[in-house]
Amino acid sequence: MGAQAQPLDVLPETEAVHWRPRVDAARLRRVGSLWTLTTVAHVVPFLGAATLLMVLQPLALPVAIACIAHAWVIPELYAQRGANVLRPRARAADEPERRSVGLLGDLVGHDARELHARTGLVLEPGRLGPWLVGEAGAVLLHGRRRRRAFCYCIKVDGHALAATGSAQPLPSGDRIAHLLLALRADEQGFATVANLTFAGARWRLRRRMPAAARLAVDAALRGLDSASRAPS
Amino acid sequence: MSKLIRMDHTGHSTVAEWTSEDPAAVEAAVQSFRAELERGYLAMVSTGPGHAEQVRELPVEADLVILRLPISGG
Repeated sequence: MGAQAQPLDVLPETEAVHWRPRVDAARLRRVGSLWTLTTVAHVVPFLGAATLLMVLQPLALPVAIACIAHAWVIPELYAQRGANVLRPRARAADEPERRSVGLLGDLVGHDARELHARTGLVLEPGRLGPWLVGEAGAVLLHGRRRRRAFCYCIKVDGHALAATGSAQPLPSGDRIAHLLLALRADEQGFATVANLTFAGARWRLRRRMPAAARLAVDAALRGLDSASRAPS
Repeated sequence: MSKLIRMDHTGHSTVAEWTSEDPAAVEAAVQSFRAELERGYLAMVSTGPGHAEQVRELPVEADLVILRLPISGG
């Protein structure tokens, strides 16, 4: 009879993405800088073109405005893509939803439970920073004063779900609990398995988020403020 | 009473319940646990606030063992 717990420190799902370097704080910094450079590379040429057009031919104002619009829209689209990871998905029937949220509530503390009831997101502190965990993704606030947001798209593997013989989707609480348990088991592995959809300034992401998700971001930052005020 | 639960479309299902003083219940729970792992589930136990651990054998002393499915990038 097997009665011994055998701890496994690394998420087994990382085997499926063995080519990806394991995410750590240094890698997050590099990836964040790369995203900033990419954004600049998108914005500067359009702004430059708009300026040049106006200098060469003021009648080209409409085209210059179109260039400026592109410079504004492209970063906004990236931020929107990031914010989408926290959007709620279709609900299951009432009873499964209630049971799943009950189980999720057992896994988190009172404050996180209350925040989930208001926002549909779970705030989970991690070594890399606070995480906001949703039904199909998570956002990590990282860096100095948590000013950079990393948005990850990650969910229960559809093939694995189908292999269990269940054709029905999981209720929302279970979807979050799956991600939460994986995150708690191996935070770096979680970030490695997930697909990064956006990395950029928190304020850029925040304004593309639904109002409820913005509340959750604020709660994460309040937690940071409390921690910084707490006596060591 | 310890519980082995599986997260599924019903919210969650109790797969097995046992106490360490009941060897028959423990054996039944171990068999159920292995069957669920063979179906592709991963077993998790909480190891304190904000921490969880994957286990490959049923930790008989744990109060709650949760079966989850693998995750992948969306």
